[in-house]
Amino acid sequence: MENKNFEDVFEAKLVKNDMIEAKDWMPENYRKHLIRQISQHAHSEIVGMLPEGNWITRAPSLRAKKVLLAKVQDEGGHGLYLYTAAETLGTSRDELLDALHTGKAKYSSIFNYPTLTWADIGAIGWLVDGAAIMNQVMLQRTSYGPYARAMVRICKEESFHQRQGYEIMTHLSFGTKEQKEMAQDALNRWWFPTLMMFGPPDSESPNSENAIKWRIKRETNDQLRQRFVDQTVAQIEYLGLTLPDKGLKWNETKKGYDYSEPNWVEFKNVISGNGPCNKERLAARNASHKNGEWVRAAATAYAKKNAEPFMAA
Amino acid sequence: MTSQETLYTYTLRLADNALVLGQRLSEWTGHGPFLEEDLALTNIALDTFGTATSLLEYAAKVENKNRDADALAYRRNEREFCNILLVEQTNGDYAKTILRQSFIDAFNILLYTELAKSKDETLAGIAQKAIKEVSYHFRHTSSWVVRFGDGTEESHNKIQDALNELWRFTGELFEMDEVEEALVKQGIAVDAKSFQAKWETQLDELFAKATLKKPETSFMQTGGRKGLHTEHLGYMLSEMQTLPRMLPDAKW
Repeated sequence: MENKNFEDVFEAKLVKNDMIEAKDWMPENYRKHLIRQISQHAHSEIVGMLPEGNWITRAPSLRAKKVLLAKVQDEGGHGLYLYTAAETLGTSRDELLDALHTGKAKYSSIFNYPTLTWADIGAIGWLVDGAAIMNQVMLQRTSYGPYARAMVRICKEESFHQRQGYEIMTHLSFGTKEQKEMAQDALNRWWFPTLMMFGPPDSESPNSENAIKWRIKRETNDQLRQRFVDQTVAQIEYLGLTLPDKGLKWNETKKGYDYSEPNWVEFKNVISGNGPCNKERLAARNASHKNGEWVRAAATAYAKKNAEPFMAA
Repeated sequence: MTSQETLYTYTLRLADNALVLGQRLSEWTGHGPFLEEDLALTNIALDTFGTATSLLEYAAKVENKNRDADALAYRRNEREFCNILLVEQTNGDYAKTILRQSFIDAFNILLYTELAKSKDETLAGIAQKAIKEVSYHFRHTSSWVVRFGDGTEESHNKIQDALNELWRFTGELFEMDEVEEALVKQGIAVDAKSFQAKWETQLDELFAKATLKKPETSFMQTGGRKGLHTEHLGYMLSEMQTLPRMLPDAKW
């Protein structure tokens, strides 16, 4: 009986577009869905530090190096807010990291692709962060308050990253012949994996229905993917690069582009652990966590001796 | 050496110390012992690259040979780098990275405090900006030195090993030659010898707090300032300089 009343209050808040806060009653499924989504997002941020971090020591100018360092640091900061947002739902960073490190938790599959050239750093900022923004802009108005507020700041930084990525692509596309080839090659490799970031087609997306009902999500995978394609085609044309999709065609009826579906078999393979870098990413995360164990232990031991607060995962 | 060459060499020595150290620190980004510390060390790396960039820009301007800061960073060979050996040492474990950084931070506070009074306005300006940053860095790294030294047996052993390994590279911080001497006379450069005792006292206090024992040997390695490096620098530069060397006509 009491639960029923709580549920009515919860539903009424959703209807009125009010935020659900950490101390509010919420259905158990809603809580679980959010913990899963926010922690996956947090994991994606910190795993995402690895492919981009791969080029920090080789960034080709002092400015490029500082921009990339700051960008990777931003991603770490996003991870931090998101883990904190997830903790408000009654889980701990230790538990969440443990799930990541043992391979139980998922993170964005895009980071299981390698960064082979400097142009990949441009492509990630421009395409991958661009696609992420499409998802994230709507999350600023998501129903769970702590998540929505974290997303406001994250979105601001991500749009900056997207511009930085596009700047790299511009330098390369208008640079020497080798630089332009590097840019085209990166676009060829990142285009379809980026389209996969929006998730499976709506007809096959099991989590979407509840997510939309709960205002955790506000638009479907296919809607977002379409908008991304429509927005990006002109940016590719400006660079003088060629989109690696022979099926791309303007469709006057829908006022958008028709495009080829990504290879969903590859998508499933990467998700299930067989992408080019799944093992490497997980190994790198595990190595730094393990190598940091004595550091955390030392801090904890010192804090105990000296009544100094120390909190870290 | 003309006074222009002297100023160029002095500025370049300061710049290379920052550049090479920043490059080492940035190797940690994404791999730190936990998230907060990863962000903190990356901040230190960013500050360090910021100082390196300002100093390299000024060195390029003083040199006046149509080379910019990037050309100095990316197109010089190993023997032309004049950083001290300490900053090019490999990161090792977190204790070694932190201890190396605390040596430099304590030194930089004293250095930049003096350099901020330089008659050379550009150097004074760069130093003024850096003082705040390096004071924060030292607060961070010195607190970790104490935590490691007085934390667990494992962390104590790790940082004691780091101290035994790195101490021999600290003498070079205070070396002076005709370049510094000439510029000290003009009120431009800093006389590092003038604060060596202060630096040693500060570190002795830190070691005492961290229950660490300074190595008894007083032998100090030297050479970096004259381009005679350890074997580590060559690998670092080949990684750092790969793209501008691979595509020499490209602009980034």
